[in-house]
Amino acid sequence: MAGLYVIIAGAGKVGWNLARELLERGDEVTVIEQDRRRYLTVEQELEHAVQYGDATELWVLERAGIQRADLVVAVTGDDEDNLLICQVAKEKYLCERIIARCNNPRNLDHFKLLGIQPAVSATDLILRLIEHEVPRYGLVHLLDLPEERLEIIELVVGEGAEAAGKLVSDVTLPDGALIISVLRDGEGFVPKADTVVEAGDEVLVVLDPGLEEDITRLFVTGV
Amino acid sequence: MFLLVVGAGRVGSSVATSALRAGHTVSVLDEDPLSHERLDVELGTSWEEAGGRFTIGTALELDALIESGIENADIFIASTNGDNTNLVVAQLAQLRFEVPRVIARILDPRRAAWYAEQGLETICPTQIAIEQLEKAALDL
Repeated sequence: MAGLYVIIAGAGKVGWNLARELLERGDEVTVIEQDRRRYLTVEQELEHAVQYGDATELWVLERAGIQRADLVVAVTGDDEDNLLICQVAKEKYLCERIIARCNNPRNLDHFKLLGIQPAVSATDLILRLIEHEVPRYGLVHLLDLPEERLEIIELVVGEGAEAAGKLVSDVTLPDGALIISVLRDGEGFVPKADTVVEAGDEVLVVLDPGLEEDITRLFVTGV
Repeated sequence: MFLLVVGAGRVGSSVATSALRAGHTVSVLDEDPLSHERLDVELGTSWEEAGGRFTIGTALELDALIESGIENADIFIASTNGDNTNLVVAQLAQLRFEVPRVIARILDPRRAAWYAEQGLETICPTQIAIEQLEKAALDL
């Protein structure tokens, strides 16, 4: 595959390291940095692959050759900037691929609302990892497919929970939820209607988004 | 009419006080409590006593926007001192809260023009200054 032409807005740690990796892969890269001192530092290594300027300004993007960019990656420390850089890249310059960094995960909704996808939030990713390591209410998100409106969660059946000790066929799951696997004593199996759910089982459930609370109530005590 | 003004610097606070004097319901959202004092001074009385609302908060926080009454606003004015904040918050007002009329102050003439083409009402003080200066200096 021929190399890509990638414009990276923001020469912070993320932008700089990304540029290094892409250049090593053989892609063509222009990094845009608006802080003069940071620009001079990065320029010592990246030389002509970094330009000084505010990437939210149209002329700066045009100087960097946005018309021929295959990919625009906005990774400044400012969510508004990242959002708008990607918005003009996509809608004004018809760049087919964009990637935005979202610094504050509370802004992820704004990126979605304005059609700026994918938006990557390191904070959000770490939060999810923490959730996986230290599950709250014994519930772990294994897979989220918001576009397809589908997710898979894993939970540990609580002592005295409504579902504990019941046949799978007697567990009254809400519509749009299905038990797909049970892990017991280190072994996983696909449950049948006559499988008894036991406290301590790890259960995988596929469900429509929004049903987590109902499922948690059924399988975990004290929620 | 219910006006929500986000960003009460020189421009926002003047528009807010004029609107209040003209008998409209006016709510102001600004992250700096100082801008509240500016409103008091411009009015010559307390902003709240005169019937105004004031919320301290950041424009991109949905909670702050809702607290300041965006869901009932007829007119939304984005007049913070940052173009990028104004562009984002104005689009939130348009798309998420469906405010009937949204106006954004954008200093950068090229982006003001492009976003206007996309259906966002923009006011560009820089463009106005350019035109007036050209007229004054070159008699255009």
